[in-house]
Amino acid sequence: MSDTSAQILLRTTVNGLDVAVAIEPQETLAEVLREKLQLIGTKVSCNVQVCGACTVLVDGLPVSSCTYLAYEARDRQVLTIEGLASKDGTLHPLQTAFIEENAFQCGFCTPGMILAAKSLLDQRPDSSEHEIVEYMEGNICRCTGYRSIVAAIQKAQASVADRSS
Amino acid sequence: MNRLPAFTISQPQSVAEASEMLASLGDSGRLYAGGTELLATMKEGALLYDTLVDVKTVPGLADIRVQDGELWIGAAVTHFSIETSPIVRELLPVLSYVESRVANTRVRATGTLVGNLCFAEPHSDPATMLLCLDARVVAQSTRGERQLTIDEFFVGAYETALEEDEVVTSVVVPLPPANWRMAYKKFQIIERPTLGLGVVLELNDGGDSVATARAAVGCVSESPLRSSAAEAQLAGPLESLLERLDAAGDSLADEADLLDDREGSAEYKRHLIKVFLKRAVQQALQSDGPSR
Ligand SMILES: Cc1cc2nc3c(=O)[nH]c(=O)nc-3n(C[C@H](O)[C@H](O)[C@H](O)COP(=O)(O)OP(=O)(O)OC[C@H]3O[C@@H](n4cnc5c(N)ncnc54)[C@H](O)[C@@H]3O)c2cc1C
Ligand code: FES
Ligand code: FES
Repeated sequence: MSDTSAQILLRTTVNGLDVAVAIEPQETLAEVLREKLQLIGTKVSCNVQVCGACTVLVDGLPVSSCTYLAYEARDRQVLTIEGLASKDGTLHPLQTAFIEENAFQCGFCTPGMILAAKSLLDQRPDSSEHEIVEYMEGNICRCTGYRSIVAAIQKAQASVADRSS
Repeated sequence: MNRLPAFTISQPQSVAEASEMLASLGDSGRLYAGGTELLATMKEGALLYDTLVDVKTVPGLADIRVQDGELWIGAAVTHFSIETSPIVRELLPVLSYVESRVANTRVRATGTLVGNLCFAEPHSDPATMLLCLDARVVAQSTRGERQLTIDEFFVGAYETALEEDEVVTSVVVPLPPANWRMAYKKFQIIERPTLGLGVVLELNDGGDSVATARAAVGCVSESPLRSSAAEAQLAGPLESLLERLDAAGDSLADEADLLDDREGSAEYKRHLIKVFLKRAVQQALQSDGPSR
């Protein structure tokens, strides 16, 4: 095979900051986030779009950054777990709820879980328990047994509703 | 961590340009949409290409529109966009439902319906329902445009009737009249469905009989299939439909190429087909319009 590597300049927004970074076309978003931007909160586990550990939001929708090309993030808004808390360090209601409900043990799935849940609550703030379970079924947790995760999402849902009422 | 081999990305600005690129690249290039199948197989080393031709840079392929009583879905439209499209929800809710149950949220946000069909993976949900809905695939190259039925489009597992330089631009689905009832049911315990089953029932004027029926089964053969014997058995008075379902289920199972594999024995799959045909028919008849 011929040498086809060719650098491209990726201009994107990560956690609200404009970023310009040289990438190769075949680099995944997870590789660029973790290795070039040092945002290691994004975890890679299965590497085949099944487990959801690598979930980040692009224009508000969840993607598997393990297989999604960084190239696709051009001119888009990327949100990783590092960008979720407010600038003053106040945690997002989902983060607080995950802590309060003990919704993680090893924590490897947690960044992806929280970002997937954020996408759901942003799209459909009044999701039923069934909708939460259905939406989250592509995010796998090997530790908690899921009950506490669903409880945390419901708690965050209630606190977001309180804040906006 | 498996990394992707090096490649370049081309950004065609028209379908003709994409087709020319594919023709000149031959085996070393491939169209790239959401990449959910393509990049995964490249990561495994199963397929290698020097150049990916990004179909999403062609303007005009990201639309869902209605034209002459048919729904046109462009090649860059994702499962998520179809699932949440108000037009699809209103005019063809069964498709909205099918799309809402494909894969996981992340694959739905990135993967396209057209990419799903073009990969011709045997475990496709939309392929089965689109076969039942008499949908067509529009393919374009520098030589012109042609339309293929779903049946013509699928040649086998991972194999379509597309020529090397053909680009699928849209999927066209005729919109159902008010007296049609339809449903899709699937059985899934791993990443891909084990069974998909679609039914479309045209009711007579009195609403007490099935005038014509279509039934399609997917995931249990190389491509989804319909059975004319099953469809003939489903037609007839609603009153006795439940009694006819067992035989219709057997006909559908006879048509499929049931094999003993890791998803279950042939006998088990026959049983699933019968159970899910019944559920699909019951669900179709519960609605008072052509909804899921
Ligand atoms: C973890 C996982 C779970 C899944 N579960 C399901 C499931 O439950 N049900 C289901 O139905 N599907 C499932 N899928 C399949 C999924 O629907 C497809 O991966 C997706 O729709 C492919 O679309 P894409 O845009 O990513 O295609 P790509 O990966 O970009 O392309 C796929 C193929 O189509 C070709 N292609 C793309 N666009 C065109 C075009 N316009 N013209 C000609 N050729 C083209 C490409 O060259 C390539 O060969 C699953 C996939 C994954 C990864
Ligand atoms: S690491 Fe990306 S989905 Fe598992
Ligand atoms: S907390 Fe360990 S995988 Fe979820």
